[in-house]
Amino acid sequence: MSDMNQQMTARYKNNFLKEIEEQAEMGDWVKMCMQCGVCSGSCPTNFHGGWDHPPQELFMMIRAGKRDEVLSSNSMWQCVSCYNCYVRCPRKVPITHVMHGLAEYAYRLGRAPKMQPTLHLSQTFWNNATKYGRVNEVKLTQSLYFKDGIGSGIKKALEMQSMALGLVKAKRLNPMEAIGGGHKCKDLKGIHAMLAKARELEAKRKGRQPA
Amino acid sequence: MTVATNQTILVVGGGISGMTAALEAAETGKHVVLVEKNPYLGGRTAQLYRYFPKMCHPTCGLEINLRRLKANPRIQVLTMAEVTGISGTKGDYTVNLKTNPRFVNENCTACGECAKAVTGEVDDAFNYNLGKIKVAYLPHAMAYPQRYVLDPAILGTPDADKAKAACKYNAIDLEQKEETVSLKAGAIVWATGWQPYDAEKLTPYRYGEFPNVITNVEFERLADPHGPTGGKILRPSDGKEAKNIAFIQCAGSRDENHLRHCSRFCCMGSLKQTHYVQEAYGDEGKSTIYYIDIRAIDRFEDFYAKVKANPNVSFVKSKVARISEDKDGNPVCWGVNTEGYVRYSNPHDLVVLAVGMQPSVKGVDIPAEVMADSSGFIMADPANAGIFGAGCATNALDVNRAVQSATAAALRAIQVVNKVARAEA
Ligand SMILES: Cc1cc2nc3c(=O)[nH]c(=O)nc-3n(C[C@H](O)[C@H](O)[C@H](O)COP(=O)(O)OP(=O)(O)OC[C@H]3O[C@@H](n4cnc5c(N)ncnc54)[C@H](O)[C@@H]3O)c2cc1C
Ligand code: SF4
Ligand code: SF4
Ligand code: SF4
Ligand code: SF4
Repeated sequence: MSDMNQQMTARYKNNFLKEIEEQAEMGDWVKMCMQCGVCSGSCPTNFHGGWDHPPQELFMMIRAGKRDEVLSSNSMWQCVSCYNCYVRCPRKVPITHVMHGLAEYAYRLGRAPKMQPTLHLSQTFWNNATKYGRVNEVKLTQSLYFKDGIGSGIKKALEMQSMALGLVKAKRLNPMEAIGGGHKCKDLKGIHAMLAKARELEAKRKGRQPA
Repeated sequence: MTVATNQTILVVGGGISGMTAALEAAETGKHVVLVEKNPYLGGRTAQLYRYFPKMCHPTCGLEINLRRLKANPRIQVLTMAEVTGISGTKGDYTVNLKTNPRFVNENCTACGECAKAVTGEVDDAFNYNLGKIKVAYLPHAMAYPQRYVLDPAILGTPDADKAKAACKYNAIDLEQKEETVSLKAGAIVWATGWQPYDAEKLTPYRYGEFPNVITNVEFERLADPHGPTGGKILRPSDGKEAKNIAFIQCAGSRDENHLRHCSRFCCMGSLKQTHYVQEAYGDEGKSTIYYIDIRAIDRFEDFYAKVKANPNVSFVKSKVARISEDKDGNPVCWGVNTEGYVRYSNPHDLVVLAVGMQPSVKGVDIPAEVMADSSGFIMADPANAGIFGAGCATNALDVNRAVQSATAAALRAIQVVNKVARAEA
């Protein structure tokens, strides 16, 4: 991870905007922002929970080359993907997607904030889904509930007990999936090959060393 | 060989641009037909209270043009007439017109007795429907022609007979009907002007729902002594004096979801309107301009600098994200200030949306050689066509620039009919 950070710092020197344009998904939209403020003013989170910077400020910081502050910012992880900003932006900047792109890129560089709950959720989900080619809901819930220790995990599980039972009854949740690996998708090898190919293509498109 | 036909120049739209083009052409000796869909000439300019940058009254500039017009026998003015279609080619056009009945003929002396006699009222279009007007009316005090109009709603009501009985000059003719006419023309100047962008489409601003959110064109009428409030700046919900006024710039302009272009006049329009607030309430009148950038181009920079120096006017660099209403009916502007990225939610007495300009060309069947840009403004191809755009039909312009473009269009039209004349000779 930090190898990639060094590699990118060396490649783009002080041109952080170019780095974001080429390396972060949807990053080439950043230059379209005219700093009107509609996105920030429309964000229903009201930046509660302590956003480091509203989206519009983040875009300005990218242009100003504030690499460290942007990559380690918690803002893109706080976005709840409501799309309010996206539909209202007068320049049609896909802000929500840019936020995702920035978050993903910061993670790849190993610069994302540690112990960030959104990051933890995304990572757990990704590992769970790619391991067997399908999401194992029982295991996913378990690992999310128990992330802060056994005590709080049991408490959360008890709180959600009636909902879980309802889901089992409606055949939306199968407790047997907790035993062993759970069932896998039919062509697991195929899925893994596809993911590997996608990684290879992305590396080629972005001029990165294949991971 | 060019087919020899009409040497008339047809001007569509009798706003400041159309009047200018008609005058410039007629004063070089050409025959001109000027077609206007309203009952009066002057267009949107007549609906302004004052002009930037000199802060004079628009009627003053219009009056000079009207005097030139009255003195010129080569211009034929058709009011309440709309162009519905054009066919043919350069040097040989056929134009279809629809004329609406005024129900009042040339005998009218504008004595006003018919208006006194009737009781029925209709929406006052000249004042953007902010008030009501009698069914027999003069559109506005300085209207040209100075002739009354009967609204079609009067037909079949007792008011129709009352109006007719009141008129001592035999000027009322209730038998007038809608007519279609077709005319020949060698060249056409297209000067149909602009329309304010529909503010209801800017949903986060709740125009149409919150009475104290109005548009810039409506604000012009509120400030005008001839307007619905007699020139008092009162807010629509409760008639309270509006002393703390917000102006929201780029309302609908510079927006991929609405109008793509910058409407160019609206920064200056709002800067001008802060003068109205100052004039009405002195130091008690406070204006706040919410903006992305202030675009006061070239010589207007001085005007901007003066407004900026006024301590009663503040500037917030931010496009307002949404408007809510508090319990006292005050509109509250929400957003984030780009200078410091601070959140704000500011209550005001009244919010004025600086809505942008949209070309009013839609609904007319114009020939294919007249092209439109992505905003719908027309772009004629001067090399091949005999139809030339003028004023705000071609771009978002202030009066000064609209007049310049009208003169250019008149010169092009003159060249076309000169060519026709040479071919005929
Ligand atoms: C709030 C506000 C304030 C402004 N203040 C200023 C200012 O202070 N100074 C300044 O320089 N500019 C100002 N402007 C800009 C100014 O209004 C325009 O530049 C001006 O109106 C342009 O004139 P025009 O003749 O091109 O168009 P218009 O005034 O729109 O005239 C077009 C005419 O064509 C007629 N028409 C339309 N369609 C047809 C048809 N199919 N057939 C026949 N007739 C038709 C219309 O009825 C109208 O009379 C302001 C604008 C706004 C919105
Ligand atoms: S709404 Fe769009 S243009 Fe405006 S500040 Fe946000 S990203 Fe930039
Ligand atoms: S998508 Fe994210 S940044 Fe945009 S308004 Fe919603 S929470 Fe805020
Ligand atoms: S129509 Fe007759 S009554 Fe009405 S203003 Fe004209 S002259 Fe007077
Ligand atoms: S003139 Fe000013 S308010 Fe009007 S669209 Fe341009 S920047 Fe916006």
